[in-house]
Amino acid sequence: MRARLVDRLAELSRGAGEPAVLVDRPDVTVVRSGGTVLKAHAARLDPAALAARLRVAAHPLLAGILLAPLAGLTGPVDGRHVSSWPYGAAVAPDAPEAAPWREAGHLTARLHATPVGRLPGPLPAMAGPANAARAVTALRTLPAAPEPAPATAALVLRAWEHLPAWARDAEPRTQPRALLCHGDLHLGQLVRHPAAGGPWHLIDVDDLGVGEPAWDLARPAAGYATGLIPAADWAAFLAGYRDAGGPAVAPGDDLWPPEVDVPARAVTVQLAARALVDAATGVRALDDTDHDLLAACARIAAMGDATGDGTGSGGPS
Amino acid sequence: MQCPKCRAPMQTYNRNGVQIEQCSGCRGIFLDYGELETLTRLEAQWAQQAPPPPQGYPQQQAPGWGGGHHGGHGHYGRRKGGFSRMLFSS
Repeated sequence: MRARLVDRLAELSRGAGEPAVLVDRPDVTVVRSGGTVLKAHAARLDPAALAARLRVAAHPLLAGILLAPLAGLTGPVDGRHVSSWPYGAAVAPDAPEAAPWREAGHLTARLHATPVGRLPGPLPAMAGPANAARAVTALRTLPAAPEPAPATAALVLRAWEHLPAWARDAEPRTQPRALLCHGDLHLGQLVRHPAAGGPWHLIDVDDLGVGEPAWDLARPAAGYATGLIPAADWAAFLAGYRDAGGPAVAPGDDLWPPEVDVPARAVTVQLAARALVDAATGVRALDDTDHDLLAACARIAAMGDATGDGTGSGGPS
Repeated sequence: MQCPKCRAPMQTYNRNGVQIEQCSGCRGIFLDYGELETLTRLEAQWAQQAPPPPQGYPQQQAPGWGGGHHGGHGHYGRRKGGFSRMLFSS
């Protein structure tokens, strides 16, 4: 089925050049041909929400921030919605020293500053908390206790329960703020366009929507907190975000603004839950970074409810 | 009430008896007539009766739950796999 989808995408884009598969996961398939990239979106996405997200990516207010889709070549292929994009050059996975952390912060701040009222709506909710909840549900509903760590799974679930409702996508589903957010921001979501030395753009609007902007800082924040990335990289991202006037955190030079704490905990739990599910289902074994994430979950579980963030506890009254 | 600048909902807070409206989106603050003067007066009173400068909120540099080895490590020597966790959707 997936092989057929890859073939169909390659067929569609053949005029543009020799096709190459960029991504082929159970939920997402991406094929490049020359300067054109075709993406088959996850079947679980709501078509109306996806259409709204694609309209935002194409809107002039997002020029220079989000990569804009190409016209044409969109529609359903084998029951999946396919969109068409210009090719951009991704961050090199083997050169972490050259990663554009500051530019990522800058772009994120500009995205958050977009006036939501001037965009074609209605916009869906930013899907970050829903995706984290899906990872935790996958862990909770594993048919057998995840090997080699059944007790660890219980700690991950307990860490999750200590998060405020909004970060768990639980009722009420209202996120603290309603700004334009990416929803799944990480360094893999940046490309240079044009590919040869062009400016960086954000890609992948599948989780884009209105919500709490601090969520978009959560992945690098969690990476810094758990020691997966050097402090200097998180500092560069945060400084880039603040220098561009990003509204998710208060101005300052502290490395752990209170606003990022709850989202960073949630994403740490999400990554740990996914790692346990992958290990239990034979996708991949746990590695050193997973053990760092699991240890952090144990400490989050031991700390109790996350409330000192100014966003998770309902704010001042 | 909606913020006239960015249209996000406004929330009302009470600060020392002064009602202020803050936008939940852009964090802009709106004051009714006379409220700025009231706040300025309160601030002046507070400054007079509090000689040592306030500590404010202590700035935090890393969360207690993280366990990362902060400071000193300016490279990826310790965790080769850490960077790749920053590159892919989960």
